[in-house]
Amino acid sequence: MNADSILERGPLLVRDWLVSFLPEPARWLAGSLLAITAVIVAFASLFALLTLIERKVLARVQNRPGPNRVGIPLTKIRLFGLGQPLADGIKMLTKEDIVPRSADRVLHFLAPVALLAFAILTFAVIPFGRHLVPVELEAGVLYFFAAGAATELAVFMAGWASRNKYSLLAAMRALAQLISYELPLLLSVVPVVMLAGTLSTTGIVERQGGWTFGLLPQWHVFTPWGAAGFAIFFVAALAESNRSPFDLPEAESELIAGHLTEYSGFKYALFFMAEYFGMCALCGMGVTLFLGGWQAPLSFLAFIPSYIWFGAKLMTLLLAFMWVRATLPRLRIDQLTRLAWKFLVPLALVNLGVAAFWSLSADWTGAVRLTRWLIAAMLLAGPFVLLGRKLTAGLAPRIYRYAT
Amino acid sequence: MLGSGLLSGLAVTAKNLVGSFHDPARLTTVEYPEQQAKLPEAYRNFPFLVSENATDPMGTLRCVACQICEKECPPQCIYIEKSKDKKPDATGKLQLYPAIFDIDTSVCMSCQICVEVCPFEAIKMDQVFAIATTDRFDALLLKREQLAKPNAYYHTIHPTEAAEVDARLATERKAAAEKAAAAAAAKAAAPKPPAPPPAA
Amino acid sequence: MIASDISPLASRLSSGAHTRAVTDPFHGDLLEVSMGPHHPSTHGVFRMQVTLDGETIVKLKPVFGYLHRNHEKLGESTSYLGSMPYTDRLDYLNSMTNNWAYALAVEQLAGQPVPERAEYLRVILAELTRLLNHTCLAGFLLQDCGCSGTPLMYAFREREKILDLFEALSGSRMMCNFQRFGGCRTDASPEWLAAAKQLTDGYGAFLDEYERLITGNEILMARTQGVGALKPDLAISAGITGPMLRATGVDYDLRKVDGYGFYPRFEFRVPLGDHGDTYDRYMIRVLEMRESIKIIQQAFATLPAGPVMDPKAKLRGFRPKPGEAYGRIEGPRGEIGFYLVSDGTPNPYRYRVRPPSFVNLTLLEDLCLGHTVADAVIILGSIDIVLGEVDR
Repeated sequence: MNADSILERGPLLVRDWLVSFLPEPARWLAGSLLAITAVIVAFASLFALLTLIERKVLARVQNRPGPNRVGIPLTKIRLFGLGQPLADGIKMLTKEDIVPRSADRVLHFLAPVALLAFAILTFAVIPFGRHLVPVELEAGVLYFFAAGAATELAVFMAGWASRNKYSLLAAMRALAQLISYELPLLLSVVPVVMLAGTLSTTGIVERQGGWTFGLLPQWHVFTPWGAAGFAIFFVAALAESNRSPFDLPEAESELIAGHLTEYSGFKYALFFMAEYFGMCALCGMGVTLFLGGWQAPLSFLAFIPSYIWFGAKLMTLLLAFMWVRATLPRLRIDQLTRLAWKFLVPLALVNLGVAAFWSLSADWTGAVRLTRWLIAAMLLAGPFVLLGRKLTAGLAPRIYRYAT
Repeated sequence: MLGSGLLSGLAVTAKNLVGSFHDPARLTTVEYPEQQAKLPEAYRNFPFLVSENATDPMGTLRCVACQICEKECPPQCIYIEKSKDKKPDATGKLQLYPAIFDIDTSVCMSCQICVEVCPFEAIKMDQVFAIATTDRFDALLLKREQLAKPNAYYHTIHPTEAAEVDARLATERKAAAEKAAAAAAAKAAAPKPPAPPPAA
Repeated sequence: MIASDISPLASRLSSGAHTRAVTDPFHGDLLEVSMGPHHPSTHGVFRMQVTLDGETIVKLKPVFGYLHRNHEKLGESTSYLGSMPYTDRLDYLNSMTNNWAYALAVEQLAGQPVPERAEYLRVILAELTRLLNHTCLAGFLLQDCGCSGTPLMYAFREREKILDLFEALSGSRMMCNFQRFGGCRTDASPEWLAAAKQLTDGYGAFLDEYERLITGNEILMARTQGVGALKPDLAISAGITGPMLRATGVDYDLRKVDGYGFYPRFEFRVPLGDHGDTYDRYMIRVLEMRESIKIIQQAFATLPAGPVMDPKAKLRGFRPKPGEAYGRIEGPRGEIGFYLVSDGTPNPYRYRVRPPSFVNLTLLEDLCLGHTVADAVIILGSIDIVLGEVDR
């Protein structure tokens, strides 16, 4: 599709039209505010939808229909429970906000606000479409991870301020988790930056354009180092967003609700919102870095506007998050950190080497290209098997004997 | 190993996710107020008193206030007071009847022992389970009038069991009638009959 | 309380690699956390008073009794029959086996014979109960491990089917109150038998799917293997029974040892573990379920016709001769036994329950020492307690 078609530029045209009513000096500010509002509104409604979708997906996996009662109020129209997020929101707003007597009132209030603020900040550099990136930063990737890392600080704040033993344990866990998983997350991104040669998110997406044989996309995930990097990124993103199987700070069966134990009402809802925002942001970054951002998956599908492709890829990743959540049990804190330091970090380092090899062998042609693939795959598979064996040493399915 | 267990688990959940949309064995939910699962015939909830006749439930209770159920009830939720006078029962014999028969359903544990020990087939288990009230004291203490339900109702909820009970009662009644007839004949044959018994 | 009494011995027996003295002043403060009685994974109103060094447990005091209902004293003040529905409420998942153990005790006391068909029905129902309980346990344990409900929901989907069978037979899903002294309360109809047979035949497929879902899962293995290991000698000296004992490798199954009911007529194997850890406790139960299916199928194949109630059995005015009896069976959680003393009156003079959950729970501290909070939760889950039975 033409990069300047009406559909592709649609959101920008709307913005420009709206801004044109204002005097020239205020246009820049109003334009930015409009972009911010659009992002917040879009993701807030996505959050509302996601809570429902997640419950539905979990329910369907568990052979239940899921929430399907709340539709349009005062009618019998149910719309598959589409009104559920609204009902939940009203419930959260009308609930009593309880602050424990011994809690640090200021921090207890600030934690959800800070968490949400940091989560929203990360949206700034994600290119949602060909022309849709709120802030065009040269060091966009760097900014994203810097802002993302601050969210765990807010989790710690919540755990500390609650003056609850469970919350405190959860806060400690959250910090350990942050430090452990920030590293593989960043290391899995380094090859992308290395090969794309830029820290700008739009630049990285544009590098993934172009078509092999004029049909197949050239996303990073379709290279050996990209696939490995994406896998590491996916696992680390699960951990960073406190999602099962890494939901240790919240660990319902152990720590009741972890850092959320002492939160109720709308503060709780804010935490929930921030968690989903963080998840969306990380998934959006994953899409940007590895899945070609807003690029279409096949060359003849490029007529569909770029932001729709971005949205589709984002939803796919979010659904994968839910799928994983529906299946896996939780790790223990020592196993969690062990997985990061003894498996993901070394593997990410190896992946860095593979990416270097890939970049050096970029000019190989003809049949040698296949060897390039083979070498890269073996370079990754060897350490994967070795590290995996080491990590799961002593663990095996057992054969049982029977009494005679 | 090396993640194969995780992947096989993911495959199972994916299969269930898809299966829940087309396979009824994978979506077993019955959405209660609109749809209702069929209660099995044996289902029991709280006891009720069987009366022969729907038009005069208090007059035709099978219960003769023998108080066995009151004695045997493990949580002792039954309270019975015998009547001062007597009424003819199903077989025509003069019997006492319960002047007061209360069951405290907040105490009752639906164990069915009262049904098993009753020699008169007078108390049976009901199947009404939607019994929420706004008053947890008086509204849950069921009186004689609330407990009495006709035999026809018993037939609708436990058809097999009720048929057996009716057959058994019919033979008993027949035997009682024959015995009464024989006694009447013997009395008629006797030289000086006493005052005739009141009509059954 | 019992656990803390025997813990010095126990900590010597168990590895105790991470344990340190509670009063050690040189390693910072210890954190005391009261887990329960209102905690999502204490399986009821149970409290674990844990002392933590970081997240490692250095002391654990189980506190129970929040659900005490005077069960044994009630048994002495009601008739023999009147106690039967109360036994449903001991271990409210396994009312059928509780009923059987109590009926067995009273039948021994009164010398009451049981017809053949009733014995077969009892075996079928007890094994169905075992399926039900072990399925639930697998679900609950995985839930404690942090699965977001999926294994639990699959387990409950199957459990519902068994409960439907119980309801069709006894009239109640969980409070079955089905066994009587001298047989069963009602006979199973041919339709019921067909439904039960269909369920049993399909149960293997469910177990296969369940095992594909979770048994080979690396996270589950990492969480459970080597966690809460129990040594056989400690298990024996603490009186542990049931799958928890067999997971340590001790071959002790009352179905084989006592041969009560008609179990000697059926062919089944007793799976044994070698490590006694949480994974073994989980797997032993899965394997036991497969054996239970075999038993039920054999019982269906050879189910005789006839009455299910001894015609001489008395329902009202039941007064056994003075004496005492102990009836025990292999419940799903272990040895469930009833000890009765009769003085010839309608009520027992002494009524005592030997609850498997309670006895198994006494070793909780020994299993948890040196492990983390997260492990304590799954160890408690793998012991498989029902608070109705622990507190009575």
